[in-house]
Amino acid sequence: MAGSVLEIKDLHVSIEDKEILKGVNLTIKSGEFHAVMGPNGTGKSTLASAIMGHPKYEVTSGSITLDGEDVLEMEVDERARAGLFLAMQYPSEISGVTNSDFLRSSINARRAEGDEIPLMKFIKEMDEAMDFLEMDKNMAQRYLNEGFSGGEKKRNEILQLLMMKAEIGILDEIDSGLDIDALKVVAKGINKLRDENFGCLIITHYQRLLNYIEPDFVHVMMQGRVVKSGGSELSKRLEAEGYDWIKQELNIQDETINA
Amino acid sequence: MTVETKQQYNDEYISRFSSSRNEPEWMKELRHQALSQSESLDMPKPDKTGIKNWDFDTYVHEVKGEEISALGSLPASVAALIDADNAPNLYIQRNNSAAYLALNEKWSEQGVIFTDIFTALQQHGDLVKRFYMKDAVNIDEDRLTALHAALMNGGVFVYVPKNVVVDEPLQTIFWQEDDKVASFNHILIVAEANSAVTYVENSISHNAEQATFANVVTEVIAADNANVSYGAVDNYAAGTTVYAKRRGVAYRDARIDWAIGQMNDGNTISEHITHLIGDNSGSEAKSVVVGRGKQIQNFTTNIVHFGQNSVGSILSHGVMKDQASSVFNGIGKIEHGASKSDATQETRVLMLSQGARGDANPILLIDEDDVVAGHAASVGRVDPLQLYYLMSRGITKHEAERLIIHGFLAPVVNQLPIETVKNQLTQVIEGKVN
Repeated sequence: MAGSVLEIKDLHVSIEDKEILKGVNLTIKSGEFHAVMGPNGTGKSTLASAIMGHPKYEVTSGSITLDGEDVLEMEVDERARAGLFLAMQYPSEISGVTNSDFLRSSINARRAEGDEIPLMKFIKEMDEAMDFLEMDKNMAQRYLNEGFSGGEKKRNEILQLLMMKAEIGILDEIDSGLDIDALKVVAKGINKLRDENFGCLIITHYQRLLNYIEPDFVHVMMQGRVVKSGGSELSKRLEAEGYDWIKQELNIQDETINA
Repeated sequence: MTVETKQQYNDEYISRFSSSRNEPEWMKELRHQALSQSESLDMPKPDKTGIKNWDFDTYVHEVKGEEISALGSLPASVAALIDADNAPNLYIQRNNSAAYLALNEKWSEQGVIFTDIFTALQQHGDLVKRFYMKDAVNIDEDRLTALHAALMNGGVFVYVPKNVVVDEPLQTIFWQEDDKVASFNHILIVAEANSAVTYVENSISHNAEQATFANVVTEVIAADNANVSYGAVDNYAAGTTVYAKRRGVAYRDARIDWAIGQMNDGNTISEHITHLIGDNSGSEAKSVVVGRGKQIQNFTTNIVHFGQNSVGSILSHGVMKDQASSVFNGIGKIEHGASKSDATQETRVLMLSQGARGDANPILLIDEDDVVAGHAASVGRVDPLQLYYLMSRGITKHEAERLIIHGFLAPVVNQLPIETVKNQLTQVIEGKVN
């Protein structure tokens, strides 16, 4: 299916009755890479979690649609099967479930009953993807994220993203805690997916990742809203000058959601 | 004990039963003595579980079972436990009869004994006498244990001589084909110095309604530097009230590792104790439980450290649904003098229903300074963030819960050395949690 569109309109989200997102508008189309940047505490990760349906976040108003379908009406698993993928900042550890069994269940969840991926094909694809991401092959048989280092968890998220063939990928601070070599590997994985059938929302507060993944659009979040959008030149200016000039331009004193 | 039972299974009955099995005189005497002791002993007192109203009295003591001439003739529920093309060491007890026995010649030639308890009493009486209810379980521990000794009506004897390493599992199936038959099975496993053996046992019954009683004693003796790996799946149906004692004794440098799937559907008391007598001895005691319906269960796992440098670890994972209620007592005890010992335990209970109850009691009793000890215990529901993570990959909620539960019970499933037994346990878990 070419040409998916994820459309977020005037999204308000609360956690435990505290409003964090205060009207976010964003449209991501296949083929586009969007970066959402901003200082800590401005609502970036909340946006990612709300799109996927994290149980702690409550959408109080606004809409999210994928190709016109109401995402907010869908359960978490339905969102995934509709084509959304969230690479999480803190993926859960699940004891007793091997990484490889989990991956296969995930891939099969998006396929029709009776059309499950053949085991040999799966193993081949997993081997190739793990090679590409320079992952230790033992990780396939280890329990899901259990005892993984921070870097291993991030690579494992990208491994899933590579193998699951989502339409829209959302990366929630995939760069945090990575050294430069790991960062390059993760970026390589994401760039591999860049084509006309894949759209991506990259959430980060460092420009660093964007040195390796060139975004088509850059958005800055403050106070729970997108306050400025532009092209990749915007992220370069942010790296050089920080966020203060935007705050001055928009007359913002406190950029966090507490403002 | 009701008066009725006392009258029915009395001294006269025991004499007759013992004679009919051609038991040696000492065994007959042991039974009589145990019966008389049972009359004055107290009932067991499982911590935090009241058993006053449990039915320990309804059962038929002896029911014969037909011989099994071909494994192909077994019903599906039993056949599923066996890899019929590759079961060189297999004992099947049907009701109270030894129905099938195979032991690879390779082992019998080296002096390994693997046979039903009555044959063992006849052919290896002195050997059985040396260990039977002596170093592990004592007859006078409580009324039900004495009753077990008086009425023992089945079981198996495993003996591995010095320096013999049995590198194929020995498999036992206790098949209670009759709905009323009681299991007073006695499992005695003796591994002499420097030997090794892996034993796997399934107990199975189908009496969903009919009441009966299982009063089972397992004794495992591991002499110096012996290594015993014990796996079991208890799968008595809802009608069976279960009192199961498992006891291990490990001498110098010996290991006893346990992996037990507690899948009974009826009320169950399981007491599982390992004595680490020798220096450098060790034990891992892993068990998993699924409770459902209205069953009440009490599980005590205890490792007692006497030897220096002894290492014990307990893992108990339980899943509780419906109105099932379970108490998990994990006890690590380090006796004075057992310096440099290491006692750890982990008890986790997963609650699937509002009405279910789980109680995890980690206990460390330490009488020595220079030791390492630790415990972790938790009782809770399926972690919503784990569910969210799995579902975010397209896996349905139901399937995600299934994966989490199977993962939670995997420590025992993965440790069972026979593929068919492992698969069968997975299926039983599947059937119980769904």
